[in-house]
Amino acid sequence: MTGQAAAAPIFDTDELVINMGPQHPSTHGVLRVVLRLDGERVVDADVVIGYIHRGIEKLCENRDWTQIILLTDRMDYVAAATNNLGYCETVEKLMEIEVPRRARYIRTILAELQRIASHCLWLGTHAMDIGAMTVFLYAFRERELILDLFEEYCGARLTYNSMRIGGLPLDIPTGWDVKVREFCKVMDEKVPEYEELLTNNRIWLERTRDIGVISAEDAIGLGLCGPPLRGSGVYRDVRKDEPYAAYDELEFDVPLGTRGDTYDRYLIRLEEFRQSIRLIRQALDGLPEGPVMGKVPRLIKPKAGETYHAIESPKGELGYFIVSDGRATNPYRMRVRPPSFCNLQGLRPLVVGHLVADVVALIGTIDIVLGEVDR
Amino acid sequence: MLDTIVIPLLKILVLLNAVLVAVTFMTLLERKVIAWAQSRLGPMRVGPYGVLQAIADPIKLILKEDITPARADRMLFTLAPILSLVPALVVFSVVPFGGDELFYVTDINVGLLFIISVTSIGVYGIILAGWASNSKYPLLASLRASAQLISYEIAVTMTLVSVILTAGTLSMVGIVEAQQESGLWFGFVQPVAFVLVLIGGLAETNRAPFDLPEAEQELTGGFHTEYSGMRFALFFLAEYANMIVITAVVTILFWGGWLRPFPNVEALAFLDLVPGWIWFFGKMFVFLYLFIWIRATLPRYRYDQLMRLGWKVLIPIAIANIVVTGVFKVLL
Amino acid sequence: MAEAIAFYTLAVLILGLGVAVVTTPKTVHSVLFLVLNFLCVAILYVVLRAEFLAVIQVLVYAGGIVVLYLFVVMLVNLKRAPEAHEDPRRLARLGLGLSGAVLLELAGIVVYSYGRAAPSSAPAAPVEGIVGNTEELGWLLYTDYLIPFEVASVLLLVAMVGAIVLARRES
Repeated sequence: MTGQAAAAPIFDTDELVINMGPQHPSTHGVLRVVLRLDGERVVDADVVIGYIHRGIEKLCENRDWTQIILLTDRMDYVAAATNNLGYCETVEKLMEIEVPRRARYIRTILAELQRIASHCLWLGTHAMDIGAMTVFLYAFRERELILDLFEEYCGARLTYNSMRIGGLPLDIPTGWDVKVREFCKVMDEKVPEYEELLTNNRIWLERTRDIGVISAEDAIGLGLCGPPLRGSGVYRDVRKDEPYAAYDELEFDVPLGTRGDTYDRYLIRLEEFRQSIRLIRQALDGLPEGPVMGKVPRLIKPKAGETYHAIESPKGELGYFIVSDGRATNPYRMRVRPPSFCNLQGLRPLVVGHLVADVVALIGTIDIVLGEVDR
Repeated sequence: MLDTIVIPLLKILVLLNAVLVAVTFMTLLERKVIAWAQSRLGPMRVGPYGVLQAIADPIKLILKEDITPARADRMLFTLAPILSLVPALVVFSVVPFGGDELFYVTDINVGLLFIISVTSIGVYGIILAGWASNSKYPLLASLRASAQLISYEIAVTMTLVSVILTAGTLSMVGIVEAQQESGLWFGFVQPVAFVLVLIGGLAETNRAPFDLPEAEQELTGGFHTEYSGMRFALFFLAEYANMIVITAVVTILFWGGWLRPFPNVEALAFLDLVPGWIWFFGKMFVFLYLFIWIRATLPRYRYDQLMRLGWKVLIPIAIANIVVTGVFKVLL
Repeated sequence: MAEAIAFYTLAVLILGLGVAVVTTPKTVHSVLFLVLNFLCVAILYVVLRAEFLAVIQVLVYAGGIVVLYLFVVMLVNLKRAPEAHEDPRRLARLGLGLSGAVLLELAGIVVYSYGRAAPSSAPAAPVEGIVGNTEELGWLLYTDYLIPFEVASVLLLVAMVGAIVLARRES
C-alpha cells in the first residue's frame, strides 16, 4: 500500500467509544468505564469513579468516635461488619484498649459470616454477568440466611453498626450459636451446589480461563489485595500476616492461585467459603465465657498520635489511618485504604486486549463495591 | 370458493390466534419454570398461581408509552419489530400439527426450504432495530446478531440437508410420512443432526447460552434497548414464536411429528387412542421445556467463542454428516 | 385472468421498487427496497409455479446476500461523497450506453422469439415418475446440466479461496 493510500483509506476504521455506566446493569453500581473499541476488542479503558462520593472521610472529622462506626457501615455496604471491625480495632490500637477474648471471638464469627455474605453477593453477580442467572438466586438465598443471623444479632440487615470501641454492644442472643452452626451445615451443602453449576462447566471455563491474567509482579505493582492478589499466587492475607481479632488462635488455610486468571480468582473465593465455615466452627467451639465489652473510658478521646491498622475484609486489605490531636472528641484526620478502590486500579490493565463481553466478567472478578471505592 | 378461500382463511385465523396465545403463555411458562429452577415461586399475584400474568403483561405493554428516540430513523424503527415478528408467524402456515388436512394450512412440496428461507428474513428485524435506534449498544448487538444468525443458519441448513436425504422429500407432511414408513423416528436415524439442529436452533432464536444479541449484562438489553411498549413486546413475541417454530421443526423432523412412539409396532396400537395433535404438542412441550431449562442452567458464550463453535465445530460436523448420510443412502 | 392480474401487479411493484432503489437518498432504505423487490420477484416465481426457485430466491438473495450488503452499508461511513471524476458527465454517458445495450438485447430477444414458432404454452413434459419441480430441477442439474453445475461450483470454490487469500494478506 502506498503512503498516499494509507493516509486516505477508502474505508475509515474508526474506534468506537462506548460509555459503560454509570447506569449499566453490570457495573455493580455507578462505575463508569469509557471503552475505546476496535470492533469488539477493547483498545483502551478509562475508569471514571466518584458518582457515589459522600465525603465519608471528611464527615468523620466532625463526628465523635462512636458515631463514626455508623458511617463505616456505609462504605462497603455489603460487608458492614468488617468495616466496623477495622475501624474499632484501629481506635482500640490508638487508645491501647484491651478487648475481652469473648468479644474477639464473636467479632471473628461476625467477620467470617460477613465474608460469606459478601462472597455470596460476588458469586451471584459475577455468574449473572457471565449469564448464569440461577447461581445468582442460589447465592442470594444463602446470603439471606446470614442477613437473618445478623438481624437477630443486632437488629439490622445491611448497615449493622454491630461493634463498639472496646468490644461489642451486645452479647450473642440465646440460641444464636446453634443457628450459626445450622447455617454452617447448610453452607456445607450449598458450596458444592455452586461448584456443580460452574466449576466444570465448559462455557464457564471458556469464559474465565486465561481471561484477565495478571502476573504476581504486576499485581503487587498495582497494589492489588485480597483474592485478586492471591489469585496471582502471592501469599498475603492480613489475617495470617498481622493477626487481629481471634485469627491467631484459629486454624485456616489461605488458598492461592497459580495462573492469576479469572478462574483462579473464582476458585479462591469458593475455597474461602469453606475456610470461613471452618473458622466459624472453630470459633464457636472455642467461644470463651466472659464480658463482651472491655474497659473503655466514658469519653472516648485518644491522646495525640496517629495509627494505621488493616484487616482482611472480604474484598482485600481494608486499612484505616487515623490521626488524633488529643484535644477533640473527633479524629483530626481519617483516611481509609479501601480494597475495592485499590483493586479497581487493576481494571484497566486487565481489560485492555479483551472483548467487551469480558469487561463485565472482569469488573465482576475484582469484586468492587462502589460505596467503598468513592466513600 | 369455500375450499379455496374460506376454509384456508379460517385456518389461518385460528392458527394465528393460537400461536399468539401460546406465545403469551410461553412467557409465563418460562418465568415459572425458571423460578422453580431457582427455588422461587415466580409470578403469583395475578390470578391463581399467577396464571393471568400472561394476560396482564401484554395489557401493560400496550398501555405503556411508546418512545421513539429523537434521532432514530422513524420509519425503520417502527418497521423493525414488525419485520421480526411477521416471518416468525408466516412459517406456521406450513407446519403440520397433525396428519389430517385439518391440522395444517397448506403442505407445499418445498415446505422445509420455505421455513428456512422465511426465517432468514427475520434477521432484518434485528439488524434494522439496531441501526435505526441510532445508539451504540443496539448497533453492536445487531451486528453480533446478524453475524450469529447467518452463521448458524448455514450450520442448520447444512444439517437439514442430511435429514432431507434421509426423508427424500422437502414437504413437512412428507417427512413425517417417511418416518411412518420406515417405522423409526429420524431422531434415532440422525442423532447427530438432531443435536446440531437443537444447538443451532438455540442460537437462531437467540436463546441462552447463545443470547448474545440481547445480553443484558454486556449490551444493556441488546438490539431492543431503545424500544418500549408494544414495539418492544413484538420482539418478544417474535422470539417466542421462533422458539415454537424451532421446536415444531425439531418435532417434525426428528421425533415423528404427530406419530405415536414406534409407529409400526402393533403391540403399542393402543397409543393411537391419543390423538396425533396431542402427541405433537406433547413433544413440542418437551423441547420448549428443554430450552427454558438450558436458559436457567448455562452461562453465556462469548461472541468469538460462539462464532468458533458455529464455523469450526457445527458446520464441519454437518458436512461430515451429509457425506455419511449420502454414503449410507447409496449403499442401502 | 387471475394470473394476469397478479403478473401485472407484481410487474408494476417490481419496477416501482427498482426505481425506488436507485432514487432513495438513504442507502439503508435503498437496500431495503431491494429486499422488497426480491420478495416480489419470488412471488412472481410462485405465480409461475416455480416454488423451488421462489424459495431459493428468498433464501439466497433476500435472506443472505442483501444482509451482507446491509452489513457493509451500515458499517462503512458513507458521509463522504464518492470522489468526483474529471469528467462530470461520465456517469450519464455510461448509463446511456448501458441502457442502450440492454434495450438492444431485449429487442433482439423479442425479434428472435417472434421469428420462431411460438412455444407451446404447456410446460415441458415432466420426467416420468417425478412430481414437483424440485425433483425435476435436481434431475436436470445432475444429468443434462452436470458440467455447467460442476463448473459453477468450482468457480465458487475459487472465489472462496480467493477471498480467504485476500483477507489473510492484511494480517
